Amino acid sequence: MTAAGAAPEAALAFEGVRLTYRTEAGVLPAIAEVSLSVARGSFVSILGPSGCGKSTLLKMAAGLLPASAGRVRLAGQVVTGPRRDVGMVFQQPTLLPWRSVLDNVLVPARAQGLDMRRARDRARELIALVGLAGFEGAYPHELSGGMQQRAGLARAFVHEPEVLLMDEPFAALDALNRERMALELLEFWARSQRTVLFVTHGIQEAVFLSDRVVVLSNRPARIVEDIAIELPRPRGLDTMLLPAFTALCDRLRRRLFAAAGAEERA
Amino acid sequence: MRRLIDAAYPLSTLLVLLAVWEGSVRLLDVPNYILPSLAQVGEALWRGYVEGEYWRHLAFTLTAMLWGYAVGSGLALLLGALVAEVRLVERFIFAFVVGLQSVPKVALAPLIIVWFGFGIESKVVLVALICFFPTFINVIAGFRAVDPGVVDMMRAFGASRLRILWEVKIPGAAGPIIAGLQVGIVLGLIGAVVGEFIASTRGLGHLIQNAATNLDLGAVFGAIVSLAAIGIIGTQLLRALHRRVVFWERGGRGGAASVVSEG
Ligand SMILES: Nc1ncnc2c1ncn2[C@@H]1O[C@H](COP(=O)(O)OP(=O)(O)OP(=O)(O)O)[C@@H](O)[C@H]1O
Ligand SMILES: [Mg+2]
Repeated sequence: MTAAGAAPEAALAFEGVRLTYRTEAGVLPAIAEVSLSVARGSFVSILGPSGCGKSTLLKMAAGLLPASAGRVRLAGQVVTGPRRDVGMVFQQPTLLPWRSVLDNVLVPARAQGLDMRRARDRARELIALVGLAGFEGAYPHELSGGMQQRAGLARAFVHEPEVLLMDEPFAALDALNRERMALELLEFWARSQRTVLFVTHGIQEAVFLSDRVVVLSNRPARIVEDIAIELPRPRGLDTMLLPAFTALCDRLRRRLFAAAGAEERA
Repeated sequence: MRRLIDAAYPLSTLLVLLAVWEGSVRLLDVPNYILPSLAQVGEALWRGYVEGEYWRHLAFTLTAMLWGYAVGSGLALLLGALVAEVRLVERFIFAFVVGLQSVPKVALAPLIIVWFGFGIESKVVLVALICFFPTFINVIAGFRAVDPGVVDMMRAFGASRLRILWEVKIPGAAGPIIAGLQVGIVLGLIGAVVGEFIASTRGLGHLIQNAATNLDLGAVFGAIVSLAAIGIIGTQLLRALHRRVVFWERGGRGGAASVVSEG
């Protein structure tokens, strides 16, 4: 308790977390051992080879999966199930096909019994922010994959969560929209001082957005690199022209290559 | 207009079949205790429905059918949801119910008549028993086919189990459930007729048996046409319901999108 006053308390912390899936074929270790502390108000990205356990890590933070060993803490409390102060963007859009875009974005508000009038206004704003204005009444099957993902993105913010868990939220977007959304996200984050844990395959995206980038090894995941990104803020498109930016990207790329290759050669 | 044209294809097939029927009866001089002419069937229907003799039989069969269908399908929805949602219920009854499913239910008809009498009650029970299974199995399959990713999403945002049931599982399983209900109508009708064959003083099944004994095949076909009408109307109602309820499958992955043509 005394230390909490001095150092900023971690908004999200993985403490010696391990996770092994039980499958029909046997057991499958997904997370070997991850300890990671995400400071309140910081933006941390996770990079790692496909199938290494990134989504698994986020699901544990969201309270959807219990850790096999170790624990996850949110604002100091051990996570035992889903919590209201967390918003999650899933790798798949996971929209309800029988609900309009607006109603889909309102899912967290309905589930948590929030004031619907306020939530509806906020949902409309968010829908406009992700570039779906005019599609409030459309159904998911009438949207493109990228539009569906943007609806899922808006949904994660509707209940104003303290911590945002984002699983490749821009994966289905085109290059232009991807950059536009990244800038929006950065601006939102700077304004709101929320904590973000962001999974991506985009090295540049990770460096551009984050205070810190963590690289995971092949499955079962452990942290093989953890670098602070000390580029000046606020960041804009010029940031990507800085030599420091390129250097960081290059360093991460090498680390990622090594991480992905290590097990294949062994 | 589109609908009329769509309906024209099966109608012309029907006309050809009827023409072949009538033609062969006349040309080959088939005796009417083997195959009646269309005129005789028409006459039987006219006598039945205009002079009124068929109505009480139709009403009997329909009543047995509707009550049995409502009870059987209602129980199927309830029990199916319980089995799919509550692990303990599944453990206790699932194997038992699956075993029962493989028993041909009409084999139980004489037993049910013994237990529930010659009146309408035994027919209601038989219909309920027969139309229970397709819906029951489909409710379970439908619940299990719901995308676990969507369930996770709902949980992550704090939805209760009841809300997930109501907002995700039931709508998600609506397609298979309605398909089960559709099969149930046809099977239920079989149940009603079999019950009436075995022991009844009313109903279209009774009518068929009576008329066949008297070699009045015109009346037999008249009753068969009535039964077919019930089955077709019921099935079409459920198809309309399916299109209306599961609207998202029309244009999505399930079906072809609807496109404006500018040519
Ligand atoms: N529900 C599950 N049951 C069993 N194994 C699973 C389950 N979910 C994931 N896995 C396995 O765990 C490993 C990590 O999966 P995860 O989805 O976390 O990967 P990821 O890092 O998010 O990959 P990607 O970048 O491709 O999204 C994979 O090998 C996967 O096969
Ligand atoms: Mg993933």
